[in-house]
Amino acid sequence: MIQEILYPLLVLGGMGLLFGAVLAYASQKFYVEVNPLQQKVRDALPGANDGGCGFASCDAYAQAVAEGRADINKCVVGGQAVAEALAAIMGTDAGTVKKRIARVMCKGTDNNAVKKYKYHGVKDCRAANALSGGDKECEFGCLGLGTCERVCPFDAIHVTAEGIAESDEEKCTGCGMCVDVCPKNVIQLIDISKRVIIFCNNHDKGKRVRQICKVGCIACSICVRQCPEKVITMDNDLAVINYDGCTNCGACIPRCPTKTILNLDEIISEVVAS
Amino acid sequence: MLTNLLLILVSSIFVNNFLLSRFLGECPFLGVSKQVETATGMSVAVVFVMTMTAAITYLINYYILVPFGLEYLQIIAFIVVIASLVQFVEMVIKKTSPTLYQALGIYLPLITTNCAVLGVALLNVQNPYNFIEAVVNGFGSSVGFAFALISYAGIRERLALAPIPKALEGFPSALIGAGLLSLGFLGFRGLV
Ligand code: SF4
Ligand code: SF4
Repeated sequence: MIQEILYPLLVLGGMGLLFGAVLAYASQKFYVEVNPLQQKVRDALPGANDGGCGFASCDAYAQAVAEGRADINKCVVGGQAVAEALAAIMGTDAGTVKKRIARVMCKGTDNNAVKKYKYHGVKDCRAANALSGGDKECEFGCLGLGTCERVCPFDAIHVTAEGIAESDEEKCTGCGMCVDVCPKNVIQLIDISKRVIIFCNNHDKGKRVRQICKVGCIACSICVRQCPEKVITMDNDLAVINYDGCTNCGACIPRCPTKTILNLDEIISEVVAS
Repeated sequence: MLTNLLLILVSSIFVNNFLLSRFLGECPFLGVSKQVETATGMSVAVVFVMTMTAAITYLINYYILVPFGLEYLQIIAFIVVIASLVQFVEMVIKKTSPTLYQALGIYLPLITTNCAVLGVALLNVQNPYNFIEAVVNGFGSSVGFAFALISYAGIRERLALAPIPKALEGFPSALIGAGLLSLGFLGFRGLV
């Protein structure tokens, strides 16, 4: 009876001790110096390993920071708090972390955009895109099958009932996973402080846009003339804002004949009001 | 005697190839086969761990577990052996080749849970092998593993450059390649 317990205990315990001793000896013998600074930096990072900083892992970023190869304000998940913590460790100034949000540059909802066929395939934008560019007449717009929704690790981007993906400002960390996966390249990372956005990605000529989408940019160039800062330009029949210079004045908004330019704060307050 | 060992060697490398005939250890097979270089590093680590595992587990089984009638502890005892060996290899690689350590990443600790390694240990005690045969079988199996992994990495390196349909890029083409390679290994059936 006692043997049935004793022997296994002794055998396994003995093996554990033996191997433990060997490993302890080996860890002395093969000890590798780690920069203590790197360890501290690593501990201050959130450990999400999302790659938003441009490094493969939090470990890699920590190493780069400790060696002075990388700026301390690159971690988007950690934001300002982590930047300050790293600044304290590295003894430098935190600066400000620019938070960027994924914006789906398309408002071609089921009502607004004309379809060219009925898609019955796999629920995946990349698959749909392989079938002559998806079911929309507009070859630049969001397909609304939610491939971005499924890759987002933060549950921050969703396809609305109208069939367009929309990101959630509160949850989005700007990691850019959705940007990479979207076959239409319709998602852009834009600084959160920029509120006036041209929600269109269509480079077609105005005449064609009028036929296929109610809210598409028709390249009339009115906004270009309206903008006091002169930061809107025409890029192949699509108006684009150079966000660095945009002051959110909104002068372009009321004159856009297709209502392609929107002020995010107004959208949000409208939702709240209704 | 010698022919017997040779037979075990050939059969474990080609006929009963762990990756392509028994389908054990597929995780590193898909994970570290993007470059021949990392695949080689992984293979060397696996050869070492597998051969040593085969030897140590054999001794533990026949000199400790069997005399005490503790065969039911095989799995847990073998896992202790494998885990410590992997730890050991990890330390050695970290010291001797930091770049290889980086490249192998999480796949190195994953050898611990690599079913091929445990598979070698368990299959060895199921077969009536003697010590030398067990070690040869472990070594042959790991060489077969290395052989399959490296040739597959070579295929994937070429695939990466080839113009393949968008939908098949990445894992789909890799899996199809693995399937074809496995079919190729079917040809060795009946060799031994
Ligand atoms: S934004 Fe792109 S990935 Fe997301 S639903 Fe639209 S087309 Fe699909
Ligand atoms: S996947 Fe896109 S929506 Fe989600 S957090 Fe990253 S950037 Fe934001």
